[in-house]
Amino acid sequence: MVEALDLPDEIGHHLMHMGFAPEARVVVIRRAPAGDPTVYSIDGFEIALRRETAQFIRVIPQPEGQS
Amino acid sequence: MNDCCSTDTGVAILESPSAPRAAGKIRTVALVGPPNSGKSTLFNRLTGLRQKVANYPGVTVEQHFGKLSGIGRSDLVLIDLPGIYSLDSYSEDARVAVDVLHGAMPGTPAPDAILLVLDSLHLRRQLMLAAPVLALGLPTLVLLNMSDLMETRGGEADTLALAKELGVPVAKISATRGTGLDAITHFLDSKSQLPTSNSTTRLELPVVGNARSYRQWATGISTRTKYKAPLSSEWTRKLDGILLHRIWGPLFFLIVVIAVFQVVFTIGQPLSDGLGAILNTGGDKIGGLLGHTWVESLLIDGIWKGVASVLVFLPQILLLFLFIGVLEDSGYLARAALIADRVMRSIGLNGKAFIPLLSAYACAVPAIMATRTIENKRDRFATILVAPFMTCSARLPIYLLMIAAFVPNRHILGGFFGLQAAVMLSLYVLGFLAAFGTAWLLKSSILKTASAPFILELPQYRLPTVRSLSLRVAERGKVFLKQAGTIILCVTIAIWVFSHVPSHTDLPQSLIGRLGHAIEPLIRPLGFNWKIGIGLLSSVVAREVIVGTLGTLYGADPATQSLGLQAALRHDLTLGGAMALVVFFAFAMQCTSTLAIVRRETNSWKWPAIQFTYMTGLAYVAALATNQIILLFLR
Repeated sequence: MVEALDLPDEIGHHLMHMGFAPEARVVVIRRAPAGDPTVYSIDGFEIALRRETAQFIRVIPQPEGQS
Repeated sequence: MNDCCSTDTGVAILESPSAPRAAGKIRTVALVGPPNSGKSTLFNRLTGLRQKVANYPGVTVEQHFGKLSGIGRSDLVLIDLPGIYSLDSYSEDARVAVDVLHGAMPGTPAPDAILLVLDSLHLRRQLMLAAPVLALGLPTLVLLNMSDLMETRGGEADTLALAKELGVPVAKISATRGTGLDAITHFLDSKSQLPTSNSTTRLELPVVGNARSYRQWATGISTRTKYKAPLSSEWTRKLDGILLHRIWGPLFFLIVVIAVFQVVFTIGQPLSDGLGAILNTGGDKIGGLLGHTWVESLLIDGIWKGVASVLVFLPQILLLFLFIGVLEDSGYLARAALIADRVMRSIGLNGKAFIPLLSAYACAVPAIMATRTIENKRDRFATILVAPFMTCSARLPIYLLMIAAFVPNRHILGGFFGLQAAVMLSLYVLGFLAAFGTAWLLKSSILKTASAPFILELPQYRLPTVRSLSLRVAERGKVFLKQAGTIILCVTIAIWVFSHVPSHTDLPQSLIGRLGHAIEPLIRPLGFNWKIGIGLLSSVVAREVIVGTLGTLYGADPATQSLGLQAALRHDLTLGGAMALVVFFAFAMQCTSTLAIVRRETNSWKWPAIQFTYMTGLAYVAALATNQIILLFLR
């Protein structure tokens, strides 16, 4: 579950409108062949982010789905 | 082909309603919605126009206008807008949409009504956009697109309950199938008669305009209206399991690329040869009827041979576009961008730049427009500057011609892969490497920035429809034929005239012969003769023109008149010169449409000037090196 985004406002807002808003459930689907970026599923959408961006999204791990 | 390419796409084609806005009278309607929700598909349905549609976010990057003639309301203007997630403008294409909605776009009237297109498969998130859009206070109709897919996958949405919650009418449609569109007619009819009273019911919108409150609001609505999300497409996940697999993914990517080239040769080449034979016999027949006059010389040796030499490549170009169409419509393109992100990052570019770069395989002009989806300005400029290195389809005729003339049709890799296709592929790789090298140079010098975040939405896979593929291919064929019938026709006439003035018997003594011989010393080291020199000069207009020019020149020359163009070239050029020529084309910037669009998108003449000088200089040096190296080997 997303807790908060520690990103510059502009990017943060954009991500939030794409679904990375607090309380949203994020599931890791898979990693790209090169190991990065990673594909996340949120609200049924699949979005790919690089690790350098994703690391600033604070999450609370949930039981069945990780991060 | 440069026509794909007209630089004034869409802006202010229709006269904008200049009369002051009468209250409640609808004149312009805007299509608003998140990226890849099907706005342009609906636009094409409602207007009967053919804007480009494909299955990835960010296909539409500027506003387009059309009359609503598809539903019998030609008096109304429909505006198609780039997809947005919110009314914040994060990237250039989103800024266009937001400006139009606020009436702040010069030349575009502010819309009087909104069709909000939401993808019903993901309504919960898509509803977030409804809050700021409804807050604009314009008459709005909410369209739940792809409702056919949603229902077959077991999803449910209650339009009545939603309409009650949102305070505006809601309808289910399928833009691809064209179902449910009468709701739009009904909405527009009722709204254009009633004066806008404060009929909009009191609507509780989130007070704080941030994503969090929008999300809560959207979640609340979808729960209260008992929205049931459809099962996510199983095979998208399964397919991604293979296509994004550590080993199979890149391998599949490679196989797709090789297969495309192989098919262009094994299936395309015989088709092109057949078309060439038909055109030649046709030309000879007509020539025979005309007798041996100057009219025959102009019509057959000049125009017919010139234009036909370009036309024969039509089948191969259409095949290539069929493949590009399948890749774009299926949703694979976004995956390719994901696979390529690692490479793109190592040269300092955003993985998102990969989508415009891939579409530059068709034509650099729409590719440069597509860079608007890249949020970081310096990344965007770097992508614009390197995009023309990608092998656009205008380079195909000269590549195919030289390869067919000079490369033996031998099988390599155990018969699976032909040598001709391999040479073709390496030319594409060459363009790719030039683009990457240049991007790296730019990003580590004048356009240095911290890398922008890579955010890419992956669409679900869809089977491309025969209808959309054939539309695309037909559209491309039209553009190609138009180019052959206009620019190439004019150039071949000019070439013929100048090669018969002042003397019509002695080609080297004609105006064009003298001009060619004057520049010959400059291109001799590259292995080019004066005819190629004239071809290069004429191809500054557009790359494929060179083939038409050569067709006319060799057709006008008594020494080579009876030979076909391929045989004439073999007769006249060395292998070194031929390969140097294709290498020159791989690098050189010979396209006025591209220069014009770069000027428009960067808003300065500085960038196109740098680009032209750099690319042409690089082309000269690379062609020189190619010719000298091949000479060295053949010695």
